[in-house]
Amino acid sequence: MEGLGTVASALLALGLVAVAVALSFYEKLDLEKDIGVAVVRSFVQLAAIGYVINFVFGLDSLGYVALLLAVMVGFAGWTSSRRARGVHRALPLAAAAIGVAAVCTLGLLLVLQVVPPTGRYLIPLGGMVVGNSMNAASLTMGRIRDDVEAQRANIEAALALGATSRQAVAPVLKSSLRSAMIPLVDSTKTVGIVFLPGAMAGMIIGGADPLEAVRLQIVVLYMLLGSVAISAILVGLFSYRSFFTPRHQLRPATPDA
Amino acid sequence: MACGKIETRDLWYVAGGAEILRGVNVTIPEGEIVCVAGPSGAGKSTLLRALNRLIEPSSGEVFLDGEPTDAMDPLELRRRVGMIFQLPALSGASVEECVLYGPRLIGEGADAGELLRMAGLDDSFLRRDPQSLSVGQQQRVSIARALALGPEVLLMDEPTSALDEAARDRVEKSILALNRREGLTIIAVSHDLEQVERLADRVILLADGRREGAWSREEFDGGGRERMRRFVSGRI
Repeated sequence: MEGLGTVASALLALGLVAVAVALSFYEKLDLEKDIGVAVVRSFVQLAAIGYVINFVFGLDSLGYVALLLAVMVGFAGWTSSRRARGVHRALPLAAAAIGVAAVCTLGLLLVLQVVPPTGRYLIPLGGMVVGNSMNAASLTMGRIRDDVEAQRANIEAALALGATSRQAVAPVLKSSLRSAMIPLVDSTKTVGIVFLPGAMAGMIIGGADPLEAVRLQIVVLYMLLGSVAISAILVGLFSYRSFFTPRHQLRPATPDA
Repeated sequence: MACGKIETRDLWYVAGGAEILRGVNVTIPEGEIVCVAGPSGAGKSTLLRALNRLIEPSSGEVFLDGEPTDAMDPLELRRRVGMIFQLPALSGASVEECVLYGPRLIGEGADAGELLRMAGLDDSFLRRDPQSLSVGQQQRVSIARALALGPEVLLMDEPTSALDEAARDRVEKSILALNRREGLTIIAVSHDLEQVERLADRVILLADGRREGAWSREEFDGGGRERMRRFVSGRI
């Protein structure tokens, strides 16, 4: 097991990536390049964040923890906005939604003293909150954009009956929020039966008491549910506006939407 | 349901660099059925959407009963100027829910059975799933839905182009009844000259975003028809 701690042994796991590349090549999935990029990026990014976290732990300052989390939020907002072309101001919107989700959930855990205010807890938990909130923001914005386009006739019919933009887009908003939240709700329902989540698996592998691992995992799941809901609802409530004028008119379809 | 006079003054609509409406001036007297005809791409649907401000004109003005619509609350305007689309786009689990959509948005009610009768259907449809109806029946439900707000004007964007002949006749009968009995001003886009003949008290011909002609029924019968026929067939 000690071998797992070295970079060399991590590289051995690349053998498994070769299976994926071979499958892609054999089945002509045309994913070889993407897999290659993913492997290199994940290696570089994880190695870098390992050193960064180590550095921040060494500084022993909550200010630097907050700074690191803010950088994560900014990067997550940028990634999410790239999935939401056609949504105006997607970057600040996604970053704000993810940031609010992170502050609310981590803040609550700190206030209730569920976790101690140290980087050892806040950085990994923050990373999970930011990552999940980012996915929820991307899904919600992408879905709203696609559904507004697909449902133009219904939305115009509602507007013509005196509905506000918000009322006309309500069915689209509802289905977008559902689709953003369902993956996490489903995995929360099946947790422990179908799969063991990453944090818990990591703690058990790392030698922690399984019951302590479970306690933290429950905290993590509830925190993620809360943050995904906050992030999806915030981007939902603000992003639909980019498809309407203030006079409750549906904007013409944009070529890149 | 009174009044319903509409007037446009030098109405322009430009989108993505294309001039879709180019200085359109029309006057639509209250209580008439006015057909807007013209070749595809003439700007007919755009003109209709400018009248209830589903789109914002680039310049020019629209007046409802003498009042400039750009100063009005767009939601209030759309309650006074209802719209029927080419495809019905019905929502709701039942026909009743669908018909009452507009009034319920403002916390009001309406007699859905009576509205259906005005549109040429009976109350046996109230509990039906709108999606289970034929397109012709759906179109009449969409008329009842627009009537629920008590509009003065109904805009109709090719309301029968998706219907077969029998369904088209029934929708036309409803249109005539609404106009003759309820006094509604009706502005219908049509590319079907025979339909224009059957319905119109007044005809407006649009082409390339301009008004190429506007005739009362008498003027239409006395020469406007021939000019329009030549114009439209030459264009198509």
